[in-house]
Amino acid sequence: MNEIPVFFLHGLAYAGLLFLVSAGLTLVFGMMNVLNFAHAAMYMLGAYFSYSIMMHFTGQFWLSLMVCPAILFIIGALIERFLLRRVHKFGHVQELLLTFGLAYIITELVKWYWGNYPLAVNIGGFLGSTIQIIGITYPVYRIFIFLCAIFVGTVMALILYKTRLGIILRAAVNDSEMTNTLGVNVPLVFMGVFAFGAALSGFAGVIAGPLLSTFPGMAQEILLDAFVVIVVGGFGSLGGAVVASLLIGQLQSFGVLLFPKLSIALVYLLMAVVLIIKPSGLFGEEQ
Amino acid sequence: MLEVRDIHSYYGKSHILHGVSLDLKEGELVCLLGRNGVGKSTTLKSIMGVVKPQQGSIRFRDQELTGKDPYEIARLGVGYVPEDRRIFRSLTVHENLLMGIKSGEKESVGEGGWTVERVYQLFPRLEERKNNKGSHLSGGEQQMLTVVRTLMGNPRVILIDEPTEGLAPLIVKDVLDMLVTVRKSGVTILMVEQNFKAAIKVADRFYIMSKGQIVFAGNTAALLAAEEVRKNYLEV
Ligand SMILES: Nc1ncnc2c1ncn2[C@@H]1O[C@H](COP(=O)(O)OP(=O)(O)O)[C@@H](O)[C@H]1O
Ligand SMILES: [Mg+2]
Repeated sequence: MNEIPVFFLHGLAYAGLLFLVSAGLTLVFGMMNVLNFAHAAMYMLGAYFSYSIMMHFTGQFWLSLMVCPAILFIIGALIERFLLRRVHKFGHVQELLLTFGLAYIITELVKWYWGNYPLAVNIGGFLGSTIQIIGITYPVYRIFIFLCAIFVGTVMALILYKTRLGIILRAAVNDSEMTNTLGVNVPLVFMGVFAFGAALSGFAGVIAGPLLSTFPGMAQEILLDAFVVIVVGGFGSLGGAVVASLLIGQLQSFGVLLFPKLSIALVYLLMAVVLIIKPSGLFGEEQ
Repeated sequence: MLEVRDIHSYYGKSHILHGVSLDLKEGELVCLLGRNGVGKSTTLKSIMGVVKPQQGSIRFRDQELTGKDPYEIARLGVGYVPEDRRIFRSLTVHENLLMGIKSGEKESVGEGGWTVERVYQLFPRLEERKNNKGSHLSGGEQQMLTVVRTLMGNPRVILIDEPTEGLAPLIVKDVLDMLVTVRKSGVTILMVEQNFKAAIKVADRFYIMSKGQIVFAGNTAALLAAEEVRKNYLEV
């Protein structure tokens, strides 16, 4: 009879993970108009790097949580600077194809180096234990995921709404060309945002490892849900990503409980309904 | 202070500017006239680096601008006010103004520089609405805001594209008065206009464009005398 709170908490944990993946994706799209298909591949890289780090330095989860985003930040910066920026002048389709190709290459490299089977990452200590919460016994780790998302979301909101950098970022989401003509080094901002998005997806990958296990299909699996989050929330809207992640987290979780065969369809149903009622997404700007 | 020499610009494969040349001297208000689609906006975009000319040179205070990014050109002291207002919709009026301040400014701003306080003093209407979203302003207020936003960067020259387009006659006068004020403060202005009657009241010199080329250059008296030119190249 305590299924409902369990599935509710499962939904929150998945929402947290989805938000961590979608936040970077939606910012990059809002600013650069690039739907980054490689975003989830970088999330997967985060998970695999983390696996290797934790094999080498047994159980160093916290080390992983700091090092992997840093590595992904650098990879993201390099991808933007040396690939995306060069392709940019040829148009959106070419940019899309580039990120698509990158996703494919990263996936193949992962299979070649780590193998084509799931790797389990076990987390010990307090994070790996359970606690009593709202009358049930529940894994600490899933609660930890949700708290991480709240932490990251809060930091991002503070930067976006309380700093000069935040004003510049929001301006660039509105109109990057105008921002450039006002003296802002927009190419540098793009590189920073892309790298930050990559770091964030790497962070999400580290966190996903112990929850979902680490396998080459994990990128595909989350990519669809993350796309739905940014469509439903509204392209480029951080607030939208929060709300849509929570919605889809619960939908996925209770979908599995109530309509096991239809849970994926439910997510697309939600997307269709939102698109019909408000094509720009819940928090999107009307064009 | 600004010398544009024989520039050729393209959108993809379509050749838009066929060797445009023009000059601006310090403190002038020069107006670029011409029918719709002749390449006036493209000329401003080429100077600003938004469109990259494939040929020709643009010199601003002894620096070559071609090949530079818009933000670098802005930091050298060129301000740009595009057509269609382009205020940041989701930023407040105040934040829009802050966006005009250049973080990477090389020279410090001397006396008489534009500050948020000075803007609010001059345009109390903007101060009343400082916490409103930029998109909630009227057309005239939006136009004021785009101009002063660019002024916040204390440019030496402003390229301004059709500032009176779509505004009621009373507001047109406000905007023109404002440009005269700006010009008096020592800023050089290159203005694109379709509204010949409005332009003739404020500009010192004129260029007329047709099909991507300059077809006339002269002062107010010369333009008034050149009836044929006006008939052929301007809207009646
Ligand atoms: N972004 C663009 N892509 C392709 N063609 C464009 C673009 N902008 C303008 N043009 C074309 O370039 C020509 C000149 O445009 P423009 O400089 O905007 O003219 P004006 O400002 O004098 O009305 C027009 O024929 C227009 O259709
Ligand atoms: Mg135009």
